[in-house]
Amino acid sequence: MKFYGYKRNDGRIGVRNHLLVVPSVFCAKKVAQKIAENIPGTIFIPNNLGCGQIGEDFEQTVTTLVNLASHPNVGATLIVGLGCERFSPQEFYNKVKNRGTIVEKIVIQEVGDTIKTVRKGTESLYSLYRQKSIKKKEKVSLSKLIIGLECGGTDAASGLAANPSIGVTSDILISNGGTSMFSETNEIIGSEKILQERCVSSKIAEDLINTIKKMEQELAIETADPLYQHRKALIGPGNFAGGVSTLVEKALGNILKSGNSPIMGVLKYAQIPKKNGLFFMDTPSQDAESTTGMVAGGAQIILFTSGRGTPTGFPSAPVIKITGNLQTYQKMKMNIDVDTSPIITKEKTLKQMGEEIFDLVIKVASGVKTKAEVLGHDELFGISRLLASYRWEKN
Amino acid sequence: MIKAIKVNKKDNVAILLEDISKNSFCSFNNIKKYKANQNIPFGHKIALFDISIGENIVKYGYPIGYATKYIKKGDWVHIHNIECARGRFKNNEDLK
Repeated sequence: MKFYGYKRNDGRIGVRNHLLVVPSVFCAKKVAQKIAENIPGTIFIPNNLGCGQIGEDFEQTVTTLVNLASHPNVGATLIVGLGCERFSPQEFYNKVKNRGTIVEKIVIQEVGDTIKTVRKGTESLYSLYRQKSIKKKEKVSLSKLIIGLECGGTDAASGLAANPSIGVTSDILISNGGTSMFSETNEIIGSEKILQERCVSSKIAEDLINTIKKMEQELAIETADPLYQHRKALIGPGNFAGGVSTLVEKALGNILKSGNSPIMGVLKYAQIPKKNGLFFMDTPSQDAESTTGMVAGGAQIILFTSGRGTPTGFPSAPVIKITGNLQTYQKMKMNIDVDTSPIITKEKTLKQMGEEIFDLVIKVASGVKTKAEVLGHDELFGISRLLASYRWEKN
Repeated sequence: MIKAIKVNKKDNVAILLEDISKNSFCSFNNIKKYKANQNIPFGHKIALFDISIGENIVKYGYPIGYATKYIKKGDWVHIHNIECARGRFKNNEDLK
């Protein structure tokens, strides 16, 4: 089985051919947004970092922005800089250019003011549009496809139907030579025994356990502060209302997204895997931070399960929404692509549902728009920060 | 009869597939009937056995937390009677 995608200079495949505008620092955000608005269909990444950062936290921001700006779903990128920021527009430009991406940059302090920069930036963007639009789709192998497995607004039906369904989908993709990744370190706490056994080596199992331990230590520090006892819930009010009572209950439902495939490695936030197969990425569980990490890590499509229902999408990657809750599907039909509740009523098997979702993934990879894309949803961009205590713990 | 599902044979709770009202019966696999001691919403858990304080609540075949109150067979099992120790220090001395 194959799909139709855009072949990029670095050998990766885009499932979209987006024109992207990205500010290198929050100070350039409005100018960048105004430029993006001048060419319809342009996507915009509202970066609110890029300055005032140091060390590994800064490096993680740089990696994420560079990986998003050179993502295979992007046909051409315009970087908008301020000029005095720590993440210099020149460094950003060089790194993206080195990946083979069509890229231009414009710097506010060099051009002048908002009006002048928007005008000149729009001219650059126009030229980039012409360059990226000549790209034609080609038939490519499924081994070039990477999906990210995300969940948000979990309820009890997520663990019964939606998550195990996409677990089957992920297993099918991997058996066809593809790659998938799951994430959200705080939400695999308590599932160590199951995941450890699936790691392909004891070194990877150890990496996974250490990653979980670090996150658990972080949670323990944050929830012990006597001043913030009213902020110590480890899962959301919607999870509680949906019947999920504890962090571990959530985790045991969460990991079903990863199917039964062996775990090939533990990725750092936004890290691009060097092999195919199933990977775990170390991210927080907030939907935006987790999704951003996986897209930056090369995922071209996100499968997003939600019991409570969410309308969100990502600027540069199609997000397929899947629920296990029939009521949620009926309430949010314009937002949710797949209803897996027939598993609960035993009208369909997990295998059937997983295959149906896999067929949809192939269609979306070849250009069919997801509901989040049709409605222009792009809320899932958000770069994760490394906390001071986390950095201290490591030293 | 209200439908419920027991995910793993080791589990001591079942998940309700419909809202259930107090004193109504539910069943999984049409084998055994369980009377709900309270109203329990869709997706929430019902105890299949009496569970003592400190005993594990098992779902998906693994412990998801422990009972903080004595739980009777048929009780609604949720944050009012179970807790989970993961992601928390057992006491503040662990902070040092």
